[in-house]
Amino acid sequence: MTIGKGGILGAVLLTLVLLLAPFASSLAQQAPPANDAALLEQLKGPLAGRVSIPDAKSGLLIQPQGRDWRQTLEGPVKAGGGWLLVLSVVAIALFMAIRGRIKVDSGLSGRTIERFNGIERFAHWLTAVCFIVLGLSGLNLSFGKNLILPLIGPEAFTGLSTFGKLAHNYLSFPFVFGVLLMAVLWIRHNIFTGVDMQWFRQGGGLFSRGVHPPAGKFNGGQKVIFWLVVLGAIVLAVSGYILMFPFYFTDMAGMQLSLIVHAIAGMVMVAVILGHIYIGSIGMEGAFDAMGTGQVDVNWAREHHSLWVKEQSRAGGED
Amino acid sequence: MARMKFLCDSERCVECNACVTACKNEHEVPWGINRRRVVTLNDGQKGERSISMACMHCEDAPCMAVCPVDCFYKTDDGVVLHSKDLCIGCGYCFYACPFGAPQYPQVGNFGSRGKMDKCTFCAGGPEADNTKEEYAKYGSNRLAEGKLPLCAEMCSTKALLAGDGDVIADIYKERVARRGYGSGAWGWATAYKTGSSA
Repeated sequence: MTIGKGGILGAVLLTLVLLLAPFASSLAQQAPPANDAALLEQLKGPLAGRVSIPDAKSGLLIQPQGRDWRQTLEGPVKAGGGWLLVLSVVAIALFMAIRGRIKVDSGLSGRTIERFNGIERFAHWLTAVCFIVLGLSGLNLSFGKNLILPLIGPEAFTGLSTFGKLAHNYLSFPFVFGVLLMAVLWIRHNIFTGVDMQWFRQGGGLFSRGVHPPAGKFNGGQKVIFWLVVLGAIVLAVSGYILMFPFYFTDMAGMQLSLIVHAIAGMVMVAVILGHIYIGSIGMEGAFDAMGTGQVDVNWAREHHSLWVKEQSRAGGED
Repeated sequence: MARMKFLCDSERCVECNACVTACKNEHEVPWGINRRRVVTLNDGQKGERSISMACMHCEDAPCMAVCPVDCFYKTDDGVVLHSKDLCIGCGYCFYACPFGAPQYPQVGNFGSRGKMDKCTFCAGGPEADNTKEEYAKYGSNRLAEGKLPLCAEMCSTKALLAGDGDVIADIYKERVARRGYGSGAWGWATAYKTGSSA
């Protein structure tokens, strides 16, 4: 089973269209209501008219959906996102407790093979460092007033949040560049194939010792992470740049939607990356070297990326 | 303790914009910021109505709820105020506000909106009453002097009422009873849980 490049491109375009569709202007003039009942009826949507001041936006008289936006953001988005993050940490802790550190079953050979070259590691770490700052500063805007503000006081918290906001805005550019670079470098290794189906059927060998389904340069799970990062970054970048240039691309409804989309996508990405960080560091012996020195142990590589090792051996890449 | 509210009688508002001008002058509001504005619906057509709108000092204020740095507070009079020292200019309050009240001194691209500014019900800010510091950031504090907001005081047709919610609701009810019609207290249903019947 193969998902073609066309299908992926289609999915990306669909995401963009879905994101931009509701941004059509809704500030058209409406007839004023004749009485209370008609007023309330009309107040279900935004109510706008003419103003003599040059700022046309201020013609929006009443937009009761601001309240709905507040309910959505302070209610389901933050509660859902908060629980998602807590459950992710709990799930990782449980996995760590039950499965332990995944060892190289055949032991370390002492011989290494180059897994990621300098450019690949640069792209990964550029994205990673930016993502950590973006994630923390984003979570600070969502949960900081509940968690950090009571600890450090309002003045210090404002200082922290101001710095976080600046970092969030400026680091978005290297982050997007890093994701683009990774996409260009790795997209050809991340097309789903039949091998990945076998990997998924065996749970990637994550839940059973001594099971190592074959995989190329990237296994099924890594391909899922790759596409989540690429698609997540597209959603975050589009919604984020709309937020960074308020009312430049869209109207009030569009700004509100962008913030909701940005918050949800951000929290989902943090949850996903928590798992990625665990398995790439303390969760698996030998895994960190791939992005650390770029050199991985041959036995580790044979267990986790057997097809890639064969390919490299044929090409004479093994030292 | 009085519960302060604004009420705009759209049957009386003649779109003279005196409230807007009075506000700008009283508080020396900077260029580009309008704490109060007059919106005309159905301009030039039958049933045209103008409504003067500013911060309604909501009962359960959405701005307060969404502010990521918690810079808003509510006075004993029910007036919603904020601290410009704590505001980070994120713009969330503007997205949540049903009345478009929060204003920003800069155009706003790239998160450089500056400190939010809005109607204070002529009640200043967190600084000591009627000090230079308070005036520079929030304008004059008429409430502390025992006066009501200047916009409503200046209103030539008394379309705009400001003061104790019960008192201004009674005035409006009496007007509606005498006239035999009224288009409702603009925004009250959105701003206040109780007292939306006026």
